Amino acid sequence: MSAILEVENLEAWYGRTQALYGVSFAMELRGITTVLGANGAGKTTTLRAITGMVRTAGTIRFDGKRIDRRATEDIVALGVAHVPQGRGTFVDLTVEENLRVGMYARRDKSTVGMDFERVYRYFPVLAQRKRQLAGTLSGGEQQMLAVARALMLGPRLLLLDEPSLGLAPLIVQDIFRILKAVNAEAGVSILLVEQNARLALELADHAFLMETGRVVTSGPSARLAADDAVRRAYLGY
Amino acid sequence: MEIFFQQVVSGLATGGIYASLALALVMIYQATDVVNFAQGEMAMFSTYLAWQMLQFGWPYWMTFLVTVSVAFVLGLVIERVVIRPVENAPILSIVIVTLGLLVILNSVAGWIWTYIQKPFPSPFPAKPIHLGAVYVGSHDIGEISVMLVMLLLLFLFFRFTPLGLAMRAAAQNPVSSRLAGISVSRMLMLGWGLAAAFGAVAGLMVAPIVTLEPNMMGGIQLYAFAAATLGGFTSPGGAVLGGFLVGVVENLVGTYVKFIGTELKLTVALAIIIIVLLVRPSGLFGRAVVRRV
Repeated sequence: MSAILEVENLEAWYGRTQALYGVSFAMELRGITTVLGANGAGKTTTLRAITGMVRTAGTIRFDGKRIDRRATEDIVALGVAHVPQGRGTFVDLTVEENLRVGMYARRDKSTVGMDFERVYRYFPVLAQRKRQLAGTLSGGEQQMLAVARALMLGPRLLLLDEPSLGLAPLIVQDIFRILKAVNAEAGVSILLVEQNARLALELADHAFLMETGRVVTSGPSARLAADDAVRRAYLGY
Repeated sequence: MEIFFQQVVSGLATGGIYASLALALVMIYQATDVVNFAQGEMAMFSTYLAWQMLQFGWPYWMTFLVTVSVAFVLGLVIERVVIRPVENAPILSIVIVTLGLLVILNSVAGWIWTYIQKPFPSPFPAKPIHLGAVYVGSHDIGEISVMLVMLLLLFLFFRFTPLGLAMRAAAQNPVSSRLAGISVSRMLMLGWGLAAAFGAVAGLMVAPIVTLEPNMMGGIQLYAFAAATLGGFTSPGGAVLGGFLVGVVENLVGTYVKFIGTELKLTVALAIIIIVLLVRPSGLFGRAVVRRV
């Protein structure tokens, strides 16, 4: 297995409060991995640690290169796109300008890989609204815009933090279908933090479960979906 | 009627200066939430540098270009050396730092070049221009044109270049910008550089009118504050319009309201600031900042 992301012994702090205690996992190239866990388990912190947004110790390798201790913008420029919780939309820019911002750090500005056309094909509604201010979009459209903006980077790894939060089930299904297509067609590896465990396990090939800043179980998603503890706690049956 | 038009044109001329300085203030305020009280003094200092170059016998437009470039670099350096260390400090600390900068620049200029007023040349011919029945100074017309060209360039830069877009993004949402691979600290530096360069142009254009001395920007900065408050500290376009409005109003009030005359003109700026803050605190085009607490 060739790994796109290897995390070893990762610890993270908010001020003096430690949030991660020795998290280790690896992600397969072109794979989809999901992180499950209750609120406060450290899922979001794990994503934030990868893009250098919190103080960390331990090693993080992206494509074999160490990226811990590098600045967020430099990590992103290597091809790690991060869609944060709450979407981080530039509300006073138009939809198209949002996408242009997403393209800013891209090394290869040619049309190879992701471009407007391709992103608009995934998200036709954004093409209809490209001159509109992003702040006027609905919640679901803003989530689509957030994913689309991340894709404009032409990323090799996409980190997604709760893309289903606060959205209607139909829209969530739409977004997950697109994520699957992006993974299959463009070969983008995806690390997904998600409260909706059923949906996440369906999409992902690997999963791990976090509790109080540690990884407690990991493996193929089919195995985790069958695990009694996971089923009771996160799938509810 | 002729007097009225003359006053309007010369109001627009000074308004152009206020507009530029107000725009510089707004640019920095939008990017960093900092009101840069030293903006005027930075412009004054650059104008002294230009004066020095002219003393060396350099041609005017070359001096102009060199001054603007040097001001840009000085802006970068000031952000990096003076502002960056207090970036995350409470707002009051940053205000005090910019006030300190104001005093330092003022006294250093006085120390190097003395407080004696120096005439500063205009690049435009001395002969007034005939507009219909009205004579207007060609410096006024030239200066308005220079300011409008600068504003247009700035607008095109922010509207149509990837770097300009990145700067707007960084000002709006720093966290998301970093996640888009934009170096926000570099954008802030660039913002200070641009604002300083812009201020330098304003200084060069106003010096022939008020003559060069270390305190020449004091009153102008006050008008720029009035302009930015009137237009809205969150609206670059509003600040520009505010600048022209303040310039015209100041001039007309000075001309037609006898008891104000030229001595009390500065009061107009203060009155504008107070009235706007009482009636519409976010300015004509600004947006009220809503904070969740």
